[in-house]
Amino acid sequence: MRKTFVLVIWALFLVPWSALARDMKPVKIGMITTLSTKAGYLGEEIRDGFQLAIDMEGGRLGGIPLELLIGDDGRSPEKGRQIAQRFIKRDRAQILTGIVFSNVAMAVVPGVVRRGIFYLSPNAGPSRLAGRDCHENFFNVSWQNDSLSEVIGQYATNQGYKKVYLIAPNYLAGKDNIAGFKRYYRGQIAGEVYTTLGQADYAAEIAALRAARPDAVYFFLPGGMGINFLKQYAQAGLQGVIPLLGPAATDERLLQAVGPAAVGVINSSQWSAEFDNPANRAFVAAFEKKYGRTPTLFASQGYDTARLIGSALAAVHGDLSDRDGFRAALEKADFASVRGSFRFGPNHFPIQDFYVRKVVATEDGAVRNRLLGKVFSGHQDAYAAECRR
Amino acid sequence: MLFFEQLLNGLQLGVMLFLMSAGLTLVFGIMQVVNLAHGSFYMIGAYVAATVTMHSGSFMLGLLAALPAAALAGMVVELLILRRLYHRDHLDQVLATFGLIFFFNELTRIIWGRQPLFMDVPPWLAGSVELLPGVNYPVYRLAIIAVGILVALFLYLLFARTRLGMQIRAGATNREMVAALGVNIRLLYTLIFGLGTLLAGLAGVMAGPILAVEAGMGESILILTFVVIVIGGIGSVRGALVGAVLVGVVDTLARSFLPDLFRLFLDSSAADRMGAALASMSVYIFMALILTCKPAGLFPVND
Repeated sequence: MRKTFVLVIWALFLVPWSALARDMKPVKIGMITTLSTKAGYLGEEIRDGFQLAIDMEGGRLGGIPLELLIGDDGRSPEKGRQIAQRFIKRDRAQILTGIVFSNVAMAVVPGVVRRGIFYLSPNAGPSRLAGRDCHENFFNVSWQNDSLSEVIGQYATNQGYKKVYLIAPNYLAGKDNIAGFKRYYRGQIAGEVYTTLGQADYAAEIAALRAARPDAVYFFLPGGMGINFLKQYAQAGLQGVIPLLGPAATDERLLQAVGPAAVGVINSSQWSAEFDNPANRAFVAAFEKKYGRTPTLFASQGYDTARLIGSALAAVHGDLSDRDGFRAALEKADFASVRGSFRFGPNHFPIQDFYVRKVVATEDGAVRNRLLGKVFSGHQDAYAAECRR
Repeated sequence: MLFFEQLLNGLQLGVMLFLMSAGLTLVFGIMQVVNLAHGSFYMIGAYVAATVTMHSGSFMLGLLAALPAAALAGMVVELLILRRLYHRDHLDQVLATFGLIFFFNELTRIIWGRQPLFMDVPPWLAGSVELLPGVNYPVYRLAIIAVGILVALFLYLLFARTRLGMQIRAGATNREMVAALGVNIRLLYTLIFGLGTLLAGLAGVMAGPILAVEAGMGESILILTFVVIVIGGIGSVRGALVGAVLVGVVDTLARSFLPDLFRLFLDSSAADRMGAALASMSVYIFMALILTCKPAGLFPVND
């Protein structure tokens, strides 16, 4: 009798407590991103977009309380790997996200997903992870690296440009992007120039491209390189004379630094602040209210990643030990993306629409991206067929 | 035509390098101190100029604010940090000034944020002029060349014709003797350092409208600056001038004409890749060539 009584008391203590404990213990998400170096604003945008989604739900995603850990990889693969170790071993994070650069992603992601941890990329989309090295626990919520250049290639074909001059830095992503452009461009190449990574002065290249008399110039020069190039292109008197096309070349943060010299640049994107769907209107308004600036496509990718995680967490009620259930929920992508339609291909990269935007000067003196039109509908990357699990 | 234009581009790059290397070589040659943070003063010049220009709308005001700011920052650094390093090993100096680079980069991020600043060409220097039929050249880049020539002239007059210049030259040769003659050598060093950083700041201001004004912008030009100093001969302002123009021209011509050269016997995309690879090495190959013929540089100071 007394034994039963004790058991009942024990049970009374244990049951609610354990249930409560389960509710109180938040899901841990580790964000490894680039916050320092010249490219630090990219990670800042992704983090701010991600955090916004959490704040809009009052510290939860999909109704599940969570804890966001943030580590700065400083653009270094080695550092990225160390942070991943720490998040997994010490903090027991079950979901990782945040990486901006493909070389960091290649160093971190394969090891992480093999251990059963989920990785959702809000930006980096290297071809290896889309093809040969695809993994069931890896998801990309942005675009495969080549995609935005493929859009520009198709746009140049549509415009009937006969001769296009290509310029990109001499490293992996530069070559990938040029390959992506050529995949959809049907005209002639007037010249193909690879500059040093991080080059500051483009006077020589600009003089040479003017001499080549192309119909248009394709440039893939991320970050500060693009700022320099655009300013010098305008100073050389070529702005508006030879059209400039670039993949995601002019995000809203870069436009601030380039100013009027960017007007006229055609750039490709899977997202625009002008998209008129409820999810995007809510996102843009909340972002501008909280951070006081227009979001970039990188911020939209961070936001979408958080919303996708939320949808899958809700589906498994925050129980990440149900890996198959969580994965299936991610694959469904049952969330309102700021892009409108959004679904995953078999390699867990998005199949989505791509647009071109044009930089215009508005009446109030600001410089902004304006949506020009859609180039691809339901576009899939070129590596999906290579992905065999 | 293209060749002439590229030659001008090379000259213009050379002038920027001269502004940087003149200051660095002074400090290096006279004070015997290796200052890796020289690029930071270039950055400070650009940031201050961009900020003042943005708020006042006047490029000249930006220039007038940036020069003293860069000189002042240099003198403060000399007073607080470098002064303790004169008698230390070069390795200590490298370590300390390397640390300063990180310090200044982080400081600019704290003050101005991560976002690169916007700075435009002043309206009265905008546009381009037709130098030869078919060769349009940006006015602003011509102005840079003009500024470089003026600075070279000014430095020549300062060193060759003034009392201060004489003291500086003497101080470089025999510090104790000059001090014994009643010259305040400490003040003199601070002034030289300030002059060096002022020139770096000037380079930064000139670069502002062309380049991205962002944290870490000084590092990319720093390597070329050191190449210039090594080629020109450490401590020689004349060497810095000749070295800078040579490096600027070699770099520009290699970048623009090597791919064409390779296209004569390779298919175009392979030629572009080979040309780009070799062009980025060209300056260092050139440096190696000079150093094999003249190990102390073109104009060695202590001959």
